[in-house]
Amino acid sequence: MDKQRLGETLRPYLMIAPAMAGIFLFVLYPVVFLGYLSLYDYNLMNKAKSKFIGFDNFAEIFSREDFYKSLSNTVIYTAGVVVLTLLLSLLLAVWLSKKSKFNVFVQAGIFTPHVVSIVSIALVWLWMMEPNLGFLNYVLKALGLPTSEWLQSSRSALMSVILVSVWQGIGYYVLIIVAALQSISPSIYEAAALDNANKLRTFWKITLPMISPQLFFILVIMTIGSFKVFDTVKVMTGGGPNNATNTLVYYIYENRTTNIGYASATGVVLMAIIALLTFVYFRLLSRRVHYQ
Amino acid sequence: MTKAFHYTGLTLGYLLKTAILIVFVFPFLWMISTSLQTYRETLSYPPTLMPAVPQWINFAQAMSAGPFLTYFKNSAVVTLAIIAIQLLVMIPAAYAFAKYRFPGKNLLFGLVLLAFMIPGQVTFIPVYLMMADWGIAKTLLPQIIPFMSNAFGIFLLRQYFMQIPEEIVEAARLDNAGEFRIMRKIMVPMSMPALATIALFSFVSHWNDYFWPLIMTDAESIRPLTLGIAMLRETEGISNWHIIMAGNVVLVIPILLVYLFCSKQIVKAFVYSGIK
Repeated sequence: MDKQRLGETLRPYLMIAPAMAGIFLFVLYPVVFLGYLSLYDYNLMNKAKSKFIGFDNFAEIFSREDFYKSLSNTVIYTAGVVVLTLLLSLLLAVWLSKKSKFNVFVQAGIFTPHVVSIVSIALVWLWMMEPNLGFLNYVLKALGLPTSEWLQSSRSALMSVILVSVWQGIGYYVLIIVAALQSISPSIYEAAALDNANKLRTFWKITLPMISPQLFFILVIMTIGSFKVFDTVKVMTGGGPNNATNTLVYYIYENRTTNIGYASATGVVLMAIIALLTFVYFRLLSRRVHYQ
Repeated sequence: MTKAFHYTGLTLGYLLKTAILIVFVFPFLWMISTSLQTYRETLSYPPTLMPAVPQWINFAQAMSAGPFLTYFKNSAVVTLAIIAIQLLVMIPAAYAFAKYRFPGKNLLFGLVLLAFMIPGQVTFIPVYLMMADWGIAKTLLPQIIPFMSNAFGIFLLRQYFMQIPEEIVEAARLDNAGEFRIMRKIMVPMSMPALATIALFSFVSHWNDYFWPLIMTDAESIRPLTLGIAMLRETEGISNWHIIMAGNVVLVIPILLVYLFCSKQIVKAFVYSGIK
């Protein structure tokens, strides 16, 4: 093979080389490294003292109560966020889907929290949820409703974090659903009107199936995103009170300096859960989703 | 009768929508109001809605709680460096994946998609150890180089490049244009909307990022703004809400201003990324 031909053959590989190097170095290799670390009693100060312990870290994970606590917190958080966001964003999107200046304005307003740092969101809500001086309890009191301890009681803390996450995320999902609703051809609705189908029936039989690909997309990214929750927890509660808001990633974060092997093993478990969820979703739902 | 009914319904709709809007905008107004109050005003009941005299000094006090100029500079350098490097890495990669056929292409592109699925929350421990090993833990690099390959961006840009007709590329090749020239003169100008979307996306997510810098920065001199603001609660006391909110305003206002002026583009960018 002459020089020019060789250059031609190599060219695409050279073009993707930097991108692939980044992916191997900072995503794929770290995953392998994570698996390796999870099998060790890793000594950060003196690597030579690290000991191979097989699956002991995993055995420890599944025997520790604080792990189950953080896992169940994460599952409750995810279920809460996914269900609330999906229902509310569907409702708002249907309500705001008509093309008008005011509707676009309201959509932009609802979307605002999504472009702001979660640190700011968490700090503002921390202040609003302050039990004695906060604005939320003031409003509840003014309306004659019972007040809440919000983030400071282990009974209401997780619910409060869910509330903030839903508030922050919902605007994005409203936008996606609105875009999906507006892409449905009006002729389909005209046909339904000719058949005298009522509004509810039209919604169930036409609208919902037509936007199911987008709903499916939302469901997947929302579940995976919720499983990774960390920032709100770190800023607002520090996992407390009494571990009531300790989630998986926060749990890994807390163990990352004292026990690297154990934290890595928990990371492997988190990765397995995310992979499993993605797989199950695609298997179960792809059959029920309507693609044109 | 029905007409009056119709108008009542319309007004009611407007009112309800305005109420929804308030739910999403009020916390920001509340933040701004608190940032201008005195400590006594933050303690009052019922809460102070409007400060009697705006306390601009709160901002000075918040900003003197730490090296905020450094934090701001770090945030700017990290965000801009990430966007620049990502674009340089992404454009040739997306071009090769869109317009070339070569053995292993599908496998390699599959790896890009796989990387898209693996979050930083899974890989942060090994990446941190690598950075420490390489001796760069005390620089800004650990906040920048792990993001050099934007898998989502490569995917989006490839889709865009594939829509550019083959004939245009072929014609340029017949004119002896090199591949670098084709990218610069044809591919990039024709895919500006996609590139703007990707850059905007990177800007918002890295300027706002909290998790990754929290893990990667041990020293004050390399921390970004988000960390500095979050730390105000520790340095200024957890009940000094007027100071904490003043710091918060500093963090939020740049992004809110950008959003105010190009909300249309930002909204479009986010929707586009979700639909495609």
